[in-house]
Amino acid sequence: MTYIKPRFRHPELPKNKIGYAKADYEGAISTLCAGCGHDSISGAIVQSCYELSIEPHRLAKLSGIGCSSKTPTYFLSNSHGFNTVHGRMPSIATGAYLANRELIYLGVSGDGDSASIGMGQFVHAIRRNVNMVYIVMNNGCYGLTKGQHSATADAGAQSKTGSVNPFPSIDLVGLALELGATFVGRSFSGDKKQLVPLIKAAMSHPGFALLDVISPCVTFNNKPQSTKSYDYVRAHLEATATIDFVPHREEITVSYQPGHSASVELHDGSVIQLHKLAPHWDPTDRSSAVTRLLESKIKGEILTGLLYIDPESQGLHELEETVEVPLNTLQEEHLNPGSALLEDINNSFR
Amino acid sequence: MEQLNAVNDFVVRFANVNGTGSASANNMFAKAIFRMGIPVTPKNIFPSNIQGLPTWYEVRISEKGYLGRREGVDLMACVNPQSMAEDVRSVKPGGYFLYDSTKKLHPELVRDDIHYIGVPMTSMVMHHYSDPRQRQLFKNVVYVGALSALLDIEFEVLESIIRDQFQKKEKLIAPNIKALNLGRQYVHDNYEYPLGIRLERRDNVKDSILIDGNTACALGAIYGGATVAAWYPITPSTSVVSAFGKYAHKLRVDPESGKRKFAIVQAEDELAAMGVVIGATWNGARAFTATSGPGVSLMSEFLGLAYFAEIPAVLINVQRGGPSTGMPTRTQQPDILSSAYASHGDTKHILLFPSTPAECFEMTATALDLADRFQTPVLVMSDLDLGMNEHMSPPLKWDDNRAYDRGKVLNAEELEKIEKFGRYLDVDGDGVCYRTIPGTHPTKGSFFTRGTSKDEYARYTENGEAYMRNVDRLIRKWETAKQKVPAPELYQSENRHKYGMAFFGTTTYAALEAMALLRERGVELDALRILSFPFNDTALEFINQHEKVFVIEQNRDAQMRSLLINELEISPRKLIPILNYDGKPIPADTIEQQIIKTFQSESTQDDVHKAQVQAS
Repeated sequence: MTYIKPRFRHPELPKNKIGYAKADYEGAISTLCAGCGHDSISGAIVQSCYELSIEPHRLAKLSGIGCSSKTPTYFLSNSHGFNTVHGRMPSIATGAYLANRELIYLGVSGDGDSASIGMGQFVHAIRRNVNMVYIVMNNGCYGLTKGQHSATADAGAQSKTGSVNPFPSIDLVGLALELGATFVGRSFSGDKKQLVPLIKAAMSHPGFALLDVISPCVTFNNKPQSTKSYDYVRAHLEATATIDFVPHREEITVSYQPGHSASVELHDGSVIQLHKLAPHWDPTDRSSAVTRLLESKIKGEILTGLLYIDPESQGLHELEETVEVPLNTLQEEHLNPGSALLEDINNSFR
Repeated sequence: MEQLNAVNDFVVRFANVNGTGSASANNMFAKAIFRMGIPVTPKNIFPSNIQGLPTWYEVRISEKGYLGRREGVDLMACVNPQSMAEDVRSVKPGGYFLYDSTKKLHPELVRDDIHYIGVPMTSMVMHHYSDPRQRQLFKNVVYVGALSALLDIEFEVLESIIRDQFQKKEKLIAPNIKALNLGRQYVHDNYEYPLGIRLERRDNVKDSILIDGNTACALGAIYGGATVAAWYPITPSTSVVSAFGKYAHKLRVDPESGKRKFAIVQAEDELAAMGVVIGATWNGARAFTATSGPGVSLMSEFLGLAYFAEIPAVLINVQRGGPSTGMPTRTQQPDILSSAYASHGDTKHILLFPSTPAECFEMTATALDLADRFQTPVLVMSDLDLGMNEHMSPPLKWDDNRAYDRGKVLNAEELEKIEKFGRYLDVDGDGVCYRTIPGTHPTKGSFFTRGTSKDEYARYTENGEAYMRNVDRLIRKWETAKQKVPAPELYQSENRHKYGMAFFGTTTYAALEAMALLRERGVELDALRILSFPFNDTALEFINQHEKVFVIEQNRDAQMRSLLINELEISPRKLIPILNYDGKPIPADTIEQQIIKTFQSESTQDDVHKAQVQAS
């Protein structure tokens, strides 16, 4: 295996609306294990950004620590990246978003990074509705330290070394719904058809968008008994609906039978189209998502797809009533009240 | 009976119950003296409690302008039955004890060597006010009124303070003045006044202001251009961010849209607070946090990241008594080492040591510049005494021609001209590299920020040579910073004496007073005030030019002394620790006595000094 990635590009490669080829959204070659689910998610991120015609430098990618958090090196090499410390990416993303409201923030985390060491920060980023996409590459184990169970491992799950997890798993999707998250979705690294439109919809959502993506660890957690294995997930997958994402520039052409479809229009005019809807589920009704999720769990299914979206979501900047321009563009003349006002302040202390 | 006599040189202590609104009456007392042109130092001595426990407010009045704390109470104004026995004991012989005489004083509380002044405050307010809350509040104003007669406070000055304070609630002016008059009249009718200790107008405060350090830090952050503040509530730093919010709402709101040019995040913990700061500065905004010792412990991981990934960050450390939860409402300087070396690995941080509110203002703004210039955390080392007590301070000053130093940040045009951008390339040879802000250029200048080891192009590497090139460059940067941080202050044009003293922060007031006291006893010392870490060469020269240097500080382990020994490779025998760590601000006589004691016990010290000390 080589670690040198050829920079050659075929001149005839198709380009997106802003003139970038898909290769322009790629990163360095992955050093993860061959077959790792995370690499498929990286591919879906590349695909989504290419299709959405995002200028790479208008997106910032952030991560914590762990296998999942290494992936930002493997996509979008023309974007600034920040590999922070373990479990603390949400606070860094919060600060970055406050400094510049105009960039797209893509956070990548893992189940250890989010459900254990970073649980506090994960919860509070949701509570503040930081405008970011938050992808959890969820494999139920600690890969970099050789396969210990994580907090999302299901009770009874068996690790490669044979140890059985006695504790119930933390369901990040259920938690996020409970916390009031404004966009909640779950997907599977092996289902690009579902994952790409979900990522695109999440990037267009003005608020915190959680995507819990089951991403099997081929080295430590891929025995068929594992609920995070390729075999198990494929056998138990259930979706709320199929999903299409239509950016606002495109006309909606396909039509579906009423009763089985729904569409949600986002603030920027883009539309999420949902088809083959699960019974008694409405994407904008939080309680129907919670109910549907519980039903699936009881049946032993893994419910994927868009679970909930609040089309009225307002990000932290709206809640904080900050100026429209990014705070990091403000200069002395905008920020410094000057010496005359300081003299008034001095007088108030005499 | 003996009676204490003094003009403009005494200590008044108030004993109150926490949560009864005494603070504003006590502040009025201190401010009135300040407005009479007499230097004053008020100190809150308060419990970790919201309501019910004893709290004290101590005001030192010093015509000479000594602003440190002084031991001994000349007049005690006691309105707290809980602490009365202790309060009676604390009065100096010949001193005065003002108390609420609604209830008769217990015979055990009667000393025959102090003067008692009973004012029936409770029965007076019961008679004159009907609202229970007003009764409680105006009781405090009644004793200020009584003191105005006893100590000769100009009544017009008190009236002016009340008018200023209630500008927007005019209805409250008259009942406040009435309460002042009640106290004043009672003294007039029942006692001879003024007392032996009293006040006389002077012109000794000039253009000074009376302000607490936390407010000054907050204003420094406003003037220094901070747009993001992230914090977690912790005594004694909380009022830094509340003051930042208060002034930002006045000074940083766009008049047309009503939108804010700032954002404040009350984080879920100190870890997140520091993370928000680092995220914001990484993305090109100026940001700061304020905390105290326990918060610094929690922020250490992120401080290490900011040091190693080279991201600006400003932290106002309002120190309190440690270790652990320690004495959360008492002052100390116990975080010198934990701040200087916060985080694992080879890590060190720039520290600034303000000693007045004016310096809190100036150094917070400077910290924002230094953090950008050196792409590293800068910690402003305040403490509870400086942060939460009002201090007489030079006015806050801002030069309108002063521009923010944003350091080495490349814009799109500059990136255009560069062949290949290397985030950690030492282009200028000073250890400080060029950085880029996300979103600057479509194809140039992007890089991956990480806490792992990396090469000059920000690529992950475990190559030992690349690692060493990087950490050795960080030391080059540290050396460059030495020349840029505020230089120490010397109190003599040239070092003349055999012995010197070194101090910093709030120890300064007491150290300078001790220097004067020692001089009166014939002991002459040179003095150095440390303003920052890394230490600049002046500090090393000062120590080298003296046989011994007394290092005065407020912690048990003589942490500044350790830092000097460690960083400047000084023989420990050369630096003599002078310490005060009972949680109260260090008084001058403690320093004086410890220095004298050292001289007396030093067998090696020269005879001249010995003779001087003994003669005094």
